[in-house]
This record gives sequence, structure tokens and C-alpha cells, in this order.
Amino acid sequence: MGEVIVVTSGKGGVGKTTTTANLGMGLASHGKKVCLVDADIGLRNLDVVLGLENRIVFDIVDVTSGVCRIRQALIKDKRCEGLHLLPAAQTKDKTAVNPDQMKELCEELRKEFDYVIIDCPAGIEQGFKNAIAGADKAIVVTTPEVSAVRDADRIIGLLEAAELREPKLIINRYRPKMVNRGDMMSIDDMNEILAIDLLGVVPEDEQVVVTTNKGETVVRDEKSQSGQAYRNITRRILGENVPLMNLEEQSGLFSALRKMIGLK
Amino acid sequence: MLEFLSRVFGRESTGSKNVAKERLRLVLVHDRANVSPDLLSSLKNDLIKVISNYMEIDEQALEVSLDSNDQQVALVANIPVKRMKRAKSLA
Ligand SMILES: Nc1ncnc2c1ncn2[C@@H]1O[C@H](COP(=O)(O)OP(=O)(O)O)[C@@H](O)[C@H]1O
Ligand SMILES: [Mg+2]
Repeated sequence: MGEVIVVTSGKGGVGKTTTTANLGMGLASHGKKVCLVDADIGLRNLDVVLGLENRIVFDIVDVTSGVCRIRQALIKDKRCEGLHLLPAAQTKDKTAVNPDQMKELCEELRKEFDYVIIDCPAGIEQGFKNAIAGADKAIVVTTPEVSAVRDADRIIGLLEAAELREPKLIINRYRPKMVNRGDMMSIDDMNEILAIDLLGVVPEDEQVVVTTNKGETVVRDEKSQSGQAYRNITRRILGENVPLMNLEEQSGLFSALRKMIGLK
Repeated sequence: MLEFLSRVFGRESTGSKNVAKERLRLVLVHDRANVSPDLLSSLKNDLIKVISNYMEIDEQALEVSLDSNDQQVALVANIPVKRMKRAKSLA
């Protein structure tokens, strides 16, 4: 029986879809059988992020409403054995699926897959309730900004109320330079405020945009820092104990001088 | 001198992140209290229990709320006292 993990955030645009795509590709690269579910009905996105948009025949609503079987709606990724996508419906709205149907769908999928990862829509309404209904674990994505952290805090409360205990945090778009000059909340600041387990920190990285433009995932880009961050998170999900990577710039006159005068 | 260097090399405590953290701290006090409306009412019940050991209070008129200004959030309780108990009855 596989695990069902929902990737959520409250606020839009903080990196849920990017995270879902990269963790899916990361886990599949480790030989796991993975199904990514796009639960953002009406705003289908995960397909284009993964570069699979031209292969969609059926979608999640076709499955839950009985138009087709699950198997018919799943798209197999040709680049990586084991990775599958169940796309969102684009022409329906969030009420086209209800929490009971999602639960049933997740139960079916977990029989077949090692990991089912659900990309949650923004907000706390029906779409959120659908996305978490069948999940047994949750990942909360946030950026180090006031509004995103506030929404993350709200989501953590709602997850706990829904019996999804011990959600894990991913801090995305982290900018060490800004943290160093005191203009962005640090990892410690975020831990202090949200007080949930940290699953990983993904730096702000142009390569995320570059790979996404091409329908590829940065987790497969060996050279990028964000790719490394996603590979580390993947291994943590697999149960390995991987230390946080060093996000500080290694060189540079300023950081050298800062060290010299004992400011770390 | 070190202070000057600190400022030049950006380790000063006036960075905008401190403002962000402080604003978050205040806003989350309210958010968390509002999200669970039971919180204040169960606090109210506990307060009644404890205070009743010492004095007789007007439970109906008891008010508990969170007040805030720019600096801090305060728990404000208005508890009308009807009668004090005698010290010896505390034992
Ligand atoms: N670590 C990052 N560095 C740079 N850009 C990022 C990063 N993470 C996400 N993005 C960009 O931010 C935008 C929103 O990300 P997305 O995953 O769609 O968010 P959500 O699904 O939460 O709405 C996208 O354009 C994405 O490429
Ligand atoms: Mg999204």
C-alpha cells in the first residue's frame, strides 16, 4: 500500500506545483512508482510543468464521474519509468469532485503506486478540502514572506483539524543573500514561527524557470542548487537522514570579510 | 568600529525581516485565536473555575478578549467581583 501525500500552501504561487512535479520525478528516479494528481480543477497546471500537456485524453473528473477507468486517464512519463500523471479537468470547476470521491480515488491509486502526490489548489475552500480528503500526509510549502507564512499557519491549523497530523514544511524561494543582510526571514525564524518539522529549503533559482519553460524538472539538473535541494528532499521522503545543504555563497569578498570580523 | 563594520557588512538588527517577524507574530496571535473560536470560551471557563476559589464573580458578565496596538497583543479580562471569600475558607 502506497502513501498519499498532499502538497499544499494556502497562498497561490509559492511553489506547490513545482514541488509536486520535482518530488514526483525525484521519487520515480529512485525507482518508485509514482502517481501525481492535479487537484487544481479548472486551473490545470501540472501537465504543462511536466511537459505532458499534449498527451491528455481523459481527466480526473472523467474518472470520478465514471466516464473512463483510472488506467485510461493516467499519462505515463516517457522520460522516467514509474512516473504517472492524473491531470485536472480544465473546463469544470472545483465542485465537479467531492471529498468522498477523492478518498475513493486515493484508495484505488495507493494499491498501484508507492507514492500518490496531490497538487492542491490555492485557498481553503472546496478545492483544498478535496485535495486533502484522501491524504495521509501533508507537505506545506511557503516562501519567507509575511503573507505566505500567515497562510501556511492557517493551513497547518486546518490540516491538524482534519486529523492530518505532523505536516512537514518546505521553504521555497529562499535567498541567502537577503537573509544575510537581514532582509528576509531565516530558516530559524521560520522554524520559530511555524514550529513544524522542516523537510527542506529550496533556494530561489533561475533554473527552476528555465527547466519549467521546457517542460522539464530541475531535480534532474545535476548542476543547479534547487535541483540538489529537491534531490535531498526526495531522499528525506524515502527515509534517509540528509543534512540541510549549505546555501551560503562559498566565496565573495563580503562573506570573507564578514567571517573575518566574526559576523559569520 | 565593529558596529560600523557590522552595519557596512549587513548584520544590523534593523533589517526588514525583523519588521516582518514582528508583524507576523502579532497577526498570528489573532489568527490562531479566531480560527479556534473555542479557545477563548474554554479559557473563560477555566478562569471562572480558578477565580471562584478566591471570590464570587458574576459569570454572566465576565468578558475575555484580545486587544492589540502596534506593539503587542494583550489578553483583557473584565471580571466583575460580587463577593470576596474569607481567607480561612481557602484552606
Ligand atoms: N525556487 C524557485 N526559484 C525560482 N522560481 C520559482 C521557484 N519555485 C517556484 N518558482 C516559480 O514560481 C511560480 C509559481 O510556482 P508554482 O509551482 O506554479 O506555484 P503554485 O503551484 O503554488 O501556485 C512559477 O513560475 C515557478 O516557476
Ligand atoms: Mg499550482
